[in-house]
Amino acid sequence: MSVAAGVTAVARRRSRAGIRRTTSPGLIASAAVIVAATFVAVAGPLLTPYNPDLPQLSQYFVGPGPAHLLGFDAQGRDVLSRLLVGAHTSMIGPLAVTLICMSLGSVLAVTAAWRGGAYDAVISSGLDIVFAFPGILLAVLAAAVFGAGLLAPVLALSVAYTPYVARVLRGAALRERAQQYVAALEVQGASAIAICLRHLIPNMLHLIVAQATTLFGYAMVDLAAISYLGLGIQPPAADWGVMVSENQQGIVQGYPIPSLAAGICIVVVVVAFNILGERLYERGESRR
Amino acid sequence: MPEPVLVVEGLRKEYGPLVAVDDVGFSVPEGGSLAIVGESGSGKTTVARMIVGLERPTAGTIRACGQDRSTPARSTRDRRRRGREVQIVFQDPYTSLDPRQTMEGAIDEVLRLHQGWPADRRTKRVRELADLVGMDARQTRALPRTLSGGQRQRVAIARALAAEPRVLILDESVAALDVSIQAQVLNLLADIHDATAISFVLISHDLAVVRQLTEQIVVMWRGRVVERGRTADVLDQPQNDYTKLLRASVPRPGWQPQRRDQLSPNGISLPPEGGRARGEGL
Amino acid sequence: MSRGESFGGAPLLELDSVTVRLPIEGSMRAVLQDVSFAIRPGEALGLVGESGSGKSMTARAIDRLLPAGAAVAGSIRFGGQDVMTLSGGDLKRFRGEVAMIFQDPRAHTNPVRRIGDFMTEALRTNGGVSWEKAADQAVALLKSVGIEDGERRLRQYPHELSGGLLQRVMIATALLTRPRLLLADEPTTALDVTTQAEVVAILANLRSELRLSMLFITHNLELAAAICDRTVVMYAGQVVEVRESSRLHNQPLHPYTAALASARPSIDATAHRLTAIAGRPLSAFEAPTDECAFAARCTHAADVCRERRPALVELDGGLTRCARAEELFGRLKVGLNA
Repeated sequence: MSVAAGVTAVARRRSRAGIRRTTSPGLIASAAVIVAATFVAVAGPLLTPYNPDLPQLSQYFVGPGPAHLLGFDAQGRDVLSRLLVGAHTSMIGPLAVTLICMSLGSVLAVTAAWRGGAYDAVISSGLDIVFAFPGILLAVLAAAVFGAGLLAPVLALSVAYTPYVARVLRGAALRERAQQYVAALEVQGASAIAICLRHLIPNMLHLIVAQATTLFGYAMVDLAAISYLGLGIQPPAADWGVMVSENQQGIVQGYPIPSLAAGICIVVVVVAFNILGERLYERGESRR
Repeated sequence: MPEPVLVVEGLRKEYGPLVAVDDVGFSVPEGGSLAIVGESGSGKTTVARMIVGLERPTAGTIRACGQDRSTPARSTRDRRRRGREVQIVFQDPYTSLDPRQTMEGAIDEVLRLHQGWPADRRTKRVRELADLVGMDARQTRALPRTLSGGQRQRVAIARALAAEPRVLILDESVAALDVSIQAQVLNLLADIHDATAISFVLISHDLAVVRQLTEQIVVMWRGRVVERGRTADVLDQPQNDYTKLLRASVPRPGWQPQRRDQLSPNGISLPPEGGRARGEGL
Repeated sequence: MSRGESFGGAPLLELDSVTVRLPIEGSMRAVLQDVSFAIRPGEALGLVGESGSGKSMTARAIDRLLPAGAAVAGSIRFGGQDVMTLSGGDLKRFRGEVAMIFQDPRAHTNPVRRIGDFMTEALRTNGGVSWEKAADQAVALLKSVGIEDGERRLRQYPHELSGGLLQRVMIATALLTRPRLLLADEPTTALDVTTQAEVVAILANLRSELRLSMLFITHNLELAAAICDRTVVMYAGQVVEVRESSRLHNQPLHPYTAALASARPSIDATAHRLTAIAGRPLSAFEAPTDECAFAARCTHAADVCRERRPALVELDGGLTRCARAEELFGRLKVGLNA
């Protein structure tokens, strides 16, 4: 590529991404947040200073103090301990949704892109139909069928998100499929599976990873909303969405911390995932 | 007379109402070289794609190394076998290599596909092919993004040769290269042609490149063959009006191109631009 | 206008020791080094080079289209005025007098706007001309580039036209403001060779009618030499030769020009092997600054070539940046090696 074209391309990419260095502070900060959240999700129960499930009604909405950094919630339970334990359920649900969607979505996208023609038409139309159903509606249906707990919302969201993932990945898969190196491998006689697994998907990996991280964030918000609505995880489980819901009367009564703290945890983790996803994608694109 | 290594007869390709290739036929002898010359819309690339199996002919036959390949391969084994008969080097050096694969990796993959050799024999062959195309050890282990256009084309050529094909199709393979690099790659191709019994099919719009590299030529226009013969003869004394126009359009000292809408009486005129529908004559 | 006619008057465009540095991957790197040449009114100047030669950069520098952060040293003067310091009304006038056409017309047209819209835009916004009047002028110019049904074309979208047609529309658009200088950056590279011949004929025709100067950028030495009065050859961001086109092939002044011309296969004869130049073309920032940029690949390189970067000197009516120019004069052969 000529210097003129290359320079303009780099300048345009840089200014659009707004990054000046190869490793942006956003990437580092978001990665740190996610690592911390994962650590807490895994080790949470071991870190709690107090029993997160022990109600002490005498401590109803008592504010923060030196012994209890975030105070107590509506049931008199230590908020900080509940947050630490709640990280587990708050993050495992999105993890399950992400794994299911990315696997299913990748397979559908690559099949549609590779085979094209009727396969693509059927898969795309099918996905479009499913896409029409909002996630929350599916969650309500699933809760009616499967009852309370994490299974129903996870299934519902997996169904709701897969078309979105498949659609995005299909675009990238089509682009890779059109590259001449794929044609060269076809002429060599390599099998479709071999080409897809060894070449197509690895070249889309940066997009898949970026999609997965962004999806995790969306799933987290939606699952928290579903729990907030009382459809998923039920109280007294220490899930961040449940915590927002069960402490919300505290906000109007002048004790916002228990509800807001859980909300802030959700927001921080989701934003971190979004930023990470964006940065990873940009990095992958600029390396092509 | 041994059977030609590639025979094409009555080849036709329709995309709905559009006829991209119409009744194209030619043959390439063992060790020979054929140029398919034309401009955009001539159908020359479609012909190449049909020969390697990337497009399915609407009608006509293609025989390579004595085996029919007019219909798509039925099994992966068949496709692999066809890959050992005819290979192709594409035009764009920037998308014809997997950006995540080194030259070593790319050639090794092809060798594993076609040969059941142990690792050390494959490594040796990779080195041989790299030497053949003039790439040193550092370059064979480099990723494509660190290689220039000319170097990438060398990788593409080495990868195609790894399958040990009898026919190598070069689809505008040097068109995107700088003039000085193009000369290097053309010399390389001539060396390969002299050293092995491989046959070339060169798809190109560049008449000078065609003259340099091929013995036979087929000129295509709007999907049809309009002239054929020995490259030198056709280029020195074109018979067909289109070939004459093509020849006259090549810049040279003293060149005075004429506007088609203000042509002198003995100027050549062509039908207005646009596709040709099925059933339409020339 | 015949090839031999001399072009009188002061130069229309003058570049003097232009050096351009761009921020590439963090540091300022040179893309043009000490570029000097002039175009006289009515003259066609060819600018030839391979990748990294700086030919496109030169056109962008002239038209003030360099990327942000570019540092320009030296002077570019158009009609006597310094181009880099123009602003306001002067800059507007400059843009009307210097038009540019590019290699890929599709990359420079808005696909959702009709041909008529962008053709008449400059006249309507800057010239205050009404749509009908501007459209009339557009149709007349489309006729001059060989497009007869102009009214219909004005209503079409870019994707409805072939590459060749669209390029002709771009030429017509460029001429609507009655420019004095046309910068053509590889305008025919993406076109079929027969379409190229047509476009070249149209440009020659219009140039003589409008007394238009032209800077024709291409990688094709034969094309530049055939259609331009003089040719500038660039390598590694530097001007290495300026020569009358008619003398470029039989008496090149610089070894690179001779090598470039020899590397091309001939349509009239087959060579056993082409005279390839070893190595690959360099960009300005890759080339050494303390010796001749071409020395590493030159078959005539001697010690004097490695002492310092040669200056651009006059020789036989042309310019050359070769330390051994006088010595090699008349001995540089262009031809196929047996």
